[in-house]
Amino acid sequence: MSLTHPVASDHQLARLLQIGMVLEEVVEARAHKHYETLGGETLDKNIVNLLKGAADESAEHRGRLESLVDELDADSVAYEEIEKLVAAQYESDTDFDGVLYDQLCNEETAYKFYDDLITAIEGSDIEFTIDRRWLLETLREIRRDERDGVEDVTALMERRE
Amino acid sequence: MNTQAQYLKTIYLVQEETDGPASTGDIADNIGVSPASANEMIGKLESRGLAEHEKYKGVSLTDEGIGHARDALQTYCIIERFLLEVLEVEEFQAEARQLESVIDETVAERLDTIIDRADCCPDCFDAGTDACELLEVDVSTEPAD
Repeated sequence: MSLTHPVASDHQLARLLQIGMVLEEVVEARAHKHYETLGGETLDKNIVNLLKGAADESAEHRGRLESLVDELDADSVAYEEIEKLVAAQYESDTDFDGVLYDQLCNEETAYKFYDDLITAIEGSDIEFTIDRRWLLETLREIRRDERDGVEDVTALMERRE
Repeated sequence: MNTQAQYLKTIYLVQEETDGPASTGDIADNIGVSPASANEMIGKLESRGLAEHEKYKGVSLTDEGIGHARDALQTYCIIERFLLEVLEVEEFQAEARQLESVIDETVAERLDTIIDRADCCPDCFDAGTDACELLEVDVSTEPAD
């Protein structure tokens, strides 16, 4: 358990949601980058579908987190900025199995992040300016998607063995 | 980063600064807890083989403890650099301190994929300014509580 302290303020909540947005943007940008680098024609169809699904899902999560961040009167993190940073640090020698492993890390990290965040919010008695039920419902749905994502990548990895 | 990691990081930095064992008082002050709480955690670190406590001298980390402390410091450096470079947070030290207990090391590893961190990390961390000395900002301000 990493979240040993409850979320203490609107400001801290907004910052954590911004970090969630960045994690989603990293997933989305890396999925595009993998596709671009390895080439759609040479990639296994299942991996192409996985990357496309991951990018679409992250874009959708990002939008939902952005709504929460907006309600907290904080700034969102522009996707284009994160896309540039991902491109600058991207290692181009990633192979097919590397792509799958990267996707697994993405999904597992995101799941852990949302799971810890939900626990920290549940442990907080702060009255946020946004509706707590809406906040938790949104985060729980996103966490469920990430858990499903871990299972999908794991299944694909097992099929390739 | 969990509580144990925060203690190990703090003891490591106090030891580096004083070039000797870290006193319980200094550890408690740095973390913002009572000496009794610090003592309790130090006892746990000892029983886990991560630290040694010598009466009237202070706490020293074992080799294993130093390894964990350096990992924790690296996670902290990632959080600071991410806040400054990506989210452009001016008071990045204060916020990093608030968030270090909230950000897991696996999350920090992902954030690390978009920041520009030097290979020498965490040796470039300056405990006096509570920031990496390679960060291109004015870190002359007092570190946050």
